[in-house]
Amino acid sequence: MQRLKVGIFSFTGDEGCVITFLEILNYKFFEWRDLVDIRYCKTLKSKNRMEGLDVAFVEGAISSEKEAKRVKEIRRNCRKLISIGSCAIDGSPSNHRNFFDKARMKEIRPVMKKFRHLKKVVPLKDIVKVDGEVPGCPMLEDAFVKCLEAELKEFGVV
Amino acid sequence: MKLKISENKRFYTQAIRGKEFGTLPYVVSRICGTCSVAHLTCCTEAVEKAMGVEISEQTRLLRKLALYGLMIRDHAMHLYLFVMPDIMGKDSVLDFDESQHKLVHDAFKVKSVGNDLSKLIVGRAVHGIYSQVGGYTKVPTKDDARKMVKQLKGIRGEVIDLIEIMNDCDFKFERARNFVGLAPKDFSFLEGSIKSSSGVEIPEENYSDYLKRMIIPYSQATGFEFQRNEFMVGALARMNLNKQSLHRDTKKDVRKFLKAFPSSNVYHNNLAQAIEVLHSVDHSIEILQSRAFKQENKVEVKPKECEGVGVIEAPRGTLYYWLIFDKSGNAKYGNLVIPTAQNQVIMASDIKALVQGLIGEDKERIRMEIEKLIRAYDPCMSCATHFLKVNWV
Repeated sequence: MQRLKVGIFSFTGDEGCVITFLEILNYKFFEWRDLVDIRYCKTLKSKNRMEGLDVAFVEGAISSEKEAKRVKEIRRNCRKLISIGSCAIDGSPSNHRNFFDKARMKEIRPVMKKFRHLKKVVPLKDIVKVDGEVPGCPMLEDAFVKCLEAELKEFGVV
Repeated sequence: MKLKISENKRFYTQAIRGKEFGTLPYVVSRICGTCSVAHLTCCTEAVEKAMGVEISEQTRLLRKLALYGLMIRDHAMHLYLFVMPDIMGKDSVLDFDESQHKLVHDAFKVKSVGNDLSKLIVGRAVHGIYSQVGGYTKVPTKDDARKMVKQLKGIRGEVIDLIEIMNDCDFKFERARNFVGLAPKDFSFLEGSIKSSSGVEIPEENYSDYLKRMIIPYSQATGFEFQRNEFMVGALARMNLNKQSLHRDTKKDVRKFLKAFPSSNVYHNNLAQAIEVLHSVDHSIEILQSRAFKQENKVEVKPKECEGVGVIEAPRGTLYYWLIFDKSGNAKYGNLVIPTAQNQVIMASDIKALVQGLIGEDKERIRMEIEKLIRAYDPCMSCATHFLKVNWV
């Protein structure tokens, strides 16, 4: 049986969702080991591959041109893309600057320019097609487990 | 040699301005998913000091437990998932074979006990909900405490095995340096004066003077200096400065490993982290066994124009919060000094020294050695563990 090929990617945020994923592994590691092939997860491994993924789980909002390009690349390499956590789903709380007044915008402008930040911090769905969402800040453990197990069924792994 | 850290800016320095003092700790908790409990606790302490809020002895103990849960979970994650593959010569814990099966079991067992302790005290391991300015909205019941003690006792053996592995690891990178950190009498990461191995001791009441000298306003992750020199914070610093304050049960079981300290071998940071896990387990057991927690009344806070400083030890080193509030209790200014920023200067010079010693070696080997050394520091940045792209010039 082919394992489900997954990748876990992080954009602008605090990586609380990938940490939550590592906590889920406390009780799911041995069960999922034979079912899930974690091909990309920089928090876990050095040699990462993003080609031919079944499911890409993506945390974080998109805040720069580089990130926008990267998330499109991920989209091209996966069959399903799922937003995990509030930043990826609606941009918040990584989008504080979208609500800054003029004075604050002036303060941060040089940094924004230097790092080619987008005008606004946006959720994934504004850049790429998103197939599903796991809500929460950080993402809710049970919702993620349910979501991954549904994908295992959908891709015929179990 | 330049160490360039790329991280996506979320502009928290600007974002916290205008936020009300009661909600501020939840806002800053989102700065870091890894050590959110540290930001939550440190910010809460800064708010309380600013507003003149006295916390109860019980709250102080619960904070210690919250930080212990964080230390167990975070150090275990770093040591088992990030450092252990280096020691075993594997790319990741996912590649561990049958002979390393026990280690994978231990990894998730130890990590989950830390996670459960965090859940018990602050409600969740990431972005806790029970902690608030002045106290906790929920406290552990007697039954909760009893179960937690059992779980904690159940990982002592695994943690001692971990300490032995870190002790037997022969990785070495030695260079003299100044170490800085909080040195609490009970090694609780929460309070005490700031000490340095160069002999400086700064009492609590001088924190803000000290910080003003250290802080670079609106810095973009620029480094920090202590007495105009590079310095290192984190587990190794804490162990070098304060090992005598470890819990008696910890000292009893790891006496022979403690002889390694004081040490200027950067890889001993990992041994120090493992010992801190055991201390966190032992002191948590003592607190949970000796104390019956009761629901306390919410502390009323009257907002006023004020400022305050909070200092704690986060897993990766000293964390400083300096906050100024206006008369309605909204933040006017906030300055945060995070451990990884403090270690940046010395980490860069260590890499420089390491590379000089490796000139002529294969590029892949140099890249791996640099990554390994950076990992020993346990830096907290986007993909702290596997991130190095070397631009050869």
